[in-house]
Amino acid sequence: MILPASIADLTLPAVQVAHWHPGLREAVPRHSEVFASSLEGSGAALALAFAGDQLAADQRPWLWVQDKSALRLTGRPYRPGLPRELRHGLIHVAAKTPEDALFALEEGLRCRDFAFVIGELTGNPKALSFTASRRLSLAAEKHGVPLWLVRLDASRDLGSARMRWETRATSSLPPRWNPQAPGAPAWHAELFRARTHPPGEWILCEESEGLVHRPSTKSVRTCLEKMPVQAELVEAHA
Amino acid sequence: MSARTPRRILAIWLARLAIDRWRLAAGEGADSAPLALITETAHGPRIAAANAAGLEAGACPGMMLADARALCPALAVAPSDPAGDLAFLESVALWAQRWGPWSAIDPPDGLIVDVTGAAHLFGGEARLLADARALLARRGLTARLAIAPTAGAAWALTHHGPESAIFHPDDSLDQLPVAALRLDPDILLLLRRLGLRQIGDLSGIARDALARRFRTARAPAANPLVRLDQLLGRVPEPLLPVVAHDMPLVQRRLMEPIRHRALLDRVLGDLAEDMARVLEGLGLGTRRLELGLWKVDGEVLLRRLEMAAASRDSAHIAGLFARKLDDLDAGFGIEQVRLRSPWTEPMPLLQSDLEAAAEMHGTSLAACIDRLTVRLGTEAVRRPVPHASHIPERAQRWQAPLQPEATSQGELAFHARPLKLLDRAEPIAVLYASPDGLPRRFRWRGQVHEVARAEGPERIAPEWWRERSSVRLRDYYRIEDDAGRRYWIYRAGLAGDGRGGMPEWFLQGLCG
Repeated sequence: MILPASIADLTLPAVQVAHWHPGLREAVPRHSEVFASSLEGSGAALALAFAGDQLAADQRPWLWVQDKSALRLTGRPYRPGLPRELRHGLIHVAAKTPEDALFALEEGLRCRDFAFVIGELTGNPKALSFTASRRLSLAAEKHGVPLWLVRLDASRDLGSARMRWETRATSSLPPRWNPQAPGAPAWHAELFRARTHPPGEWILCEESEGLVHRPSTKSVRTCLEKMPVQAELVEAHA
Repeated sequence: MSARTPRRILAIWLARLAIDRWRLAAGEGADSAPLALITETAHGPRIAAANAAGLEAGACPGMMLADARALCPALAVAPSDPAGDLAFLESVALWAQRWGPWSAIDPPDGLIVDVTGAAHLFGGEARLLADARALLARRGLTARLAIAPTAGAAWALTHHGPESAIFHPDDSLDQLPVAALRLDPDILLLLRRLGLRQIGDLSGIARDALARRFRTARAPAANPLVRLDQLLGRVPEPLLPVVAHDMPLVQRRLMEPIRHRALLDRVLGDLAEDMARVLEGLGLGTRRLELGLWKVDGEVLLRRLEMAAASRDSAHIAGLFARKLDDLDAGFGIEQVRLRSPWTEPMPLLQSDLEAAAEMHGTSLAACIDRLTVRLGTEAVRRPVPHASHIPERAQRWQAPLQPEATSQGELAFHARPLKLLDRAEPIAVLYASPDGLPRRFRWRGQVHEVARAEGPERIAPEWWRERSSVRLRDYYRIEDDAGRRYWIYRAGLAGDGRGGMPEWFLQGLCG
């Protein structure tokens, strides 16, 4: 694709234009947000998949904070359904209000013994202002504990998360031995704001070897339509 | 201990413990009139113990007070105090360690002291008994004493043997009544009906006959054979020793009553440091702390705190209490502050952290859990542990985060389970079902879902040993709808299973 020089200058510098892909370990920022619907379990599942992808074989405990409505709408973590290597380490906090949930998240981020922290908040509570979000980012970066904050039924408000994803469930690949059954979980994930990576869309799939990107013709086509500048990168990766 | 030096156990039976305690409190003069200690029962007051004058007047323990009053209208009463008696017995058990290094209580009114190898310090066993008798009499306690190789034999001799008996291994206990075997009253009645009155009668019967007769009796108090073996030292009888504990306690009396929070925080910080020093000296860490604040106007405020793991970090303790003092009403001022630790755990001394950068590395897990539970409550911070049940919602339980996980059978990975489980399974309305009964289209939370793919059924029957017979079985399906959302649904019951009407459908879990 040939671009006018003026537009080429306006695009992101070369270091930043490294596309995100599963398996990035070091360069991933510490604070991410995942926007999802409360009608499906995809938000927390994708956050867990990201955590498993980024921190493979970390045996330390981890924290899962839910506020009251997130608990009511999407249910409690169920140990037999968690990924096998994460089962023994879960510490769950059922917070009554978003303020308590934010307090628990920040305390969790300050603790050196946690591998990562997952939060689930519903809607756009007043307590989760830009300042509160910035506090979380700073705590996560200072202590090096990654945070994935799942935002259920929330609009894309102001936030200081370094990567902001929007996700929804998508149909899984049929399993090999029973094509009528639901397969390994798959999600459509859109990275709509990030500091170090350009935005993009992925079909992510939790396979036995970990989180993988499953290229589908549909997703590549939408990328082509929406982001003409970065379409080549998507295709090259696919 | 080798077989050559058999153990020597001193048993003390405080035969009139409740009355002795009452007399020590009320004085000798009151004891001359008939008196009974009573307990309130569902059928009215009943006599628990009576003094000598009362017994003479006809009041027996176990009698209704109304019956005793008919015999002796002048009978005075006082309430009995079993908890106080037990606490007194514990203190006497500690005091009794003057005769031997190890003592145990034998509720409701007995003590056991191990005097193995200690009798020569008193000039022999007879002199030890004389010493004990004199000291107990000086404390105003009626006691019967005996020394024997086993706790069972010593107990039998105190209750049914001669005064101050000393039992040697080659002596015989055959002459004692069967009641000396510490059996339940109904077993004693049974033995009496069988014509077995003395311990010697039991040894006359073949052992396997006794074993067969009492084969269902597991408790030692219901099985004469086990009691006989314990008496003769053929089977061990474990007893819990009494060990003295002192509670770490620090306090500050203040010259001027304080009314302001900043000063109180300062005092609290000092107390926490004192407590940390005391605990360090003992090699302990605290699990539970009680802060008592004495106010000038005569009120006491108490604040309690429990830690997830043993700690003696003064800054951490002061910080946790600071949250609990927000609603404090100092009134006219606080004049005394006391901090004590009722529950401690051993905690070895550690080298202090020399690396200054550790301050920047965040809190430890236990400190983080403490901070979370102080603000959110213990019910809010928990972790799931597996539980032996095949009903999905019962297969996990929640416990405190740092409590060790109980061992359990490994989970079988035959079936996929959802990532999250709703607290209450939500009913779904089936709009169109396929011929095999699986819904093709259903409504949940106001939205219509078209089932694209499904796996199942996985049939989970109710736990009949735990639930009522009308609970229906469940057929679980893992489904994926047309938008790719994955759910875990089940049908409660089958058509025509006789446990209700048509089967109903529920959505219980959300898969990833």
